[in-house]
Amino acid sequence: MNNLLTAPAIMTGIGLFFGAVLAIAGRFLKVDEDPRIEATNAMLPGTNCGACGQPGCLPFAEKLVSGEVEPGQCTVSTDDDIERIAEYLEVDAGRQEKLVARLRCGGGHLQANQIAEYRGFEGCRAAAVVSGGGKGCAWGCLGLADCEAACTFDAIHMNTNGLPQVDTEKCRACPDCVAACPRDLFELVPLSQKLYVQCNIPLAGAAATQLCAVACDACGKCVADAAPGLIRMEDNLPVIDYSAGGPARPEAVFRCATRSIVWLEREQFQDQEARHAGTG
Amino acid sequence: MFKGFRRLRRNFEHGVHPAHHKEQTEDLPIQRVPFVKDYVMPLGQHIGVPARPVVEAGERVRRGQLIATPGGFVSTALHSPVTGTIREIGDFRGVDGRFAPAIAIEADAFATQQVDMEAAPDWQSMSLNEFIEAVQMAGIVGMGGAAFPSHVKLSVPDGVRIRQLLINGAECEPFLTNDHRLMVERPGALLDGAEIMRRKLDAEEVIIGIEANKPDAIEIIGQHVRPDQPVRVVPLKVKYPQGAEKMMIKSVFGKEVPAGQLPRDVGVNVNNVGTIVAIADYFLRGMPLIERIVTVAGPGVTYPANLVVPLGTPVREVVRFCGGLRPGSREIIMGGPMMGRPIASLDVPVLKGCSGVLVFTEEQTSGRTEYPCIRCGRCLEACPYFLNPSRLARLSKARMFDEMKAHHVFDCVECGCCTFACPSNIPIVQLIRTAKDDLVHRKESEA
Repeated sequence: MNNLLTAPAIMTGIGLFFGAVLAIAGRFLKVDEDPRIEATNAMLPGTNCGACGQPGCLPFAEKLVSGEVEPGQCTVSTDDDIERIAEYLEVDAGRQEKLVARLRCGGGHLQANQIAEYRGFEGCRAAAVVSGGGKGCAWGCLGLADCEAACTFDAIHMNTNGLPQVDTEKCRACPDCVAACPRDLFELVPLSQKLYVQCNIPLAGAAATQLCAVACDACGKCVADAAPGLIRMEDNLPVIDYSAGGPARPEAVFRCATRSIVWLEREQFQDQEARHAGTG
Repeated sequence: MFKGFRRLRRNFEHGVHPAHHKEQTEDLPIQRVPFVKDYVMPLGQHIGVPARPVVEAGERVRRGQLIATPGGFVSTALHSPVTGTIREIGDFRGVDGRFAPAIAIEADAFATQQVDMEAAPDWQSMSLNEFIEAVQMAGIVGMGGAAFPSHVKLSVPDGVRIRQLLINGAECEPFLTNDHRLMVERPGALLDGAEIMRRKLDAEEVIIGIEANKPDAIEIIGQHVRPDQPVRVVPLKVKYPQGAEKMMIKSVFGKEVPAGQLPRDVGVNVNNVGTIVAIADYFLRGMPLIERIVTVAGPGVTYPANLVVPLGTPVREVVRFCGGLRPGSREIIMGGPMMGRPIASLDVPVLKGCSGVLVFTEEQTSGRTEYPCIRCGRCLEACPYFLNPSRLARLSKARMFDEMKAHHVFDCVECGCCTFACPSNIPIVQLIRTAKDDLVHRKESEA
């Protein structure tokens, strides 16, 4: 036989041998996986965001099939998708209330005092490590769009006032922005809770208002005007406890002199101009 | 020829050569800043746990009186920098822009501001543990800039023997001349402090490392060394960061301190000259750490100076004493230009770790456009810790912070050599700091 053909012949032989071994192993050592896991996984959004508490979509699908979790715990899927999964698995959807990310700060360029100019590269955390980025308020939004970059669902866009505007339709309440914010300003709250404190300054009186025009000065009027027990003051900030009292009414915000407590019909900062794509 | 070889040996690998810019202040004698009205002493001005206040608002305090005790082992005491009244204990803006607990003191305009000098402790009869405790209660921290409590460095575990006491007079940061002036003007105090430290640590010898661009300091200290003192003055090559602990050990002894270990693991204790003089001031004159030497320099300062500044003095007052800011001043840095931090407010006080107040103008701070990395490798050649700054910067930009841990991001001391060397103006150190902050922040929120 020609030497040239020996090598390919040996390789083919080895290939066929191991192929046969694998074919036999595949037949006799097969592990049966519930086909529903694959099908459920296909119906999940596949973002692996972790909002459900599982490491990713496939582990969540496994738990769904075994009945340990409910489809509604996936905050990212649309209601239709959750319904579809529930129908397919013949379980209760266990739908939860829709959560959205809210920013605990209303102090943009036009409201918060700037005490210095930040000239490093754009990024909230980068600015936060350099003397707090030059903003007078050491607790407020830095406005350099770390959350916009972190959002998986394109739901956050900075507006002209330098504040992130969350699109409540697109927001799927994954914790991306919560983790990205160096000042921990984002929190996930039910969309139905309309009374919201848009400030994070633990100072009272003039100490707070000299830093920002929309700072909470801890006057306590909202506590007096709301239903008894609904709002309490903690560290110079109102804390709204929906389980302690109610109902929440817009009257609570009427006498707020600095408009740091707001009644949100839909999105935050709706009166501010959105920045159009491409205008930098 | 032989001398040339020795010079070559006294070196570490990598590093950079920034222009010194020390000519502004290196020949100016140290001056004292007059007392001002308001002082702010942050409780957390050292690395570690913040101190616990032991005074109350409205209380009268003497200069040098204890106002806060250590909050833990890695923590030090604070003393009042002036005679006056405690105005308030509350949150004040610190160097990092955040508000932190601090003691505000209003100086008494009619007090003599005399420190009670009778209380000098008898260091010779103290045991090592008593000595360490005394250092902690004197509020002494590393004066080179990091403000790491000195007594922690002195507390060595059993079985570790400190053989050499290395005194760091490198002052490799451009512009700063505070250590230089201190060595020239108070060589006696420096050698006294070194003697106390050597006796207490039972070290075999004292080595004072000074960069070769300070020949006057090398000469004066050499003249003051008594023949019976085991003190050597070692001139070091002028190179940044020669004053970094581990680099200096490499230069002087040729030994490398492994990553994750401390100088004590190779039998060396390293202290800044300012720290040693603070030790002498406390144990010989009874004066705790209530003031420090600050170099005020840079193109934006009207009259640059080396100043003795009581701790807690607002930067505003220090700059005012130096004739104020020149027109076009843009950036004020606390510390040296390589490692110091820009401050966002002039109300920030001078702290124990503040070696300089540098003011830069528009000319030095603007117009650095960032270009893409061209993979030239200059940052790798600059990094004294042999990291890969370019890779770290790219990972940080991609927000892959966890991967950066595998590239030893926590071995980075943020010396700034990589950013200095980068021809594309990539802010590598800031990218690394950002990543470290994110990693630490997340570790805290998980804990």
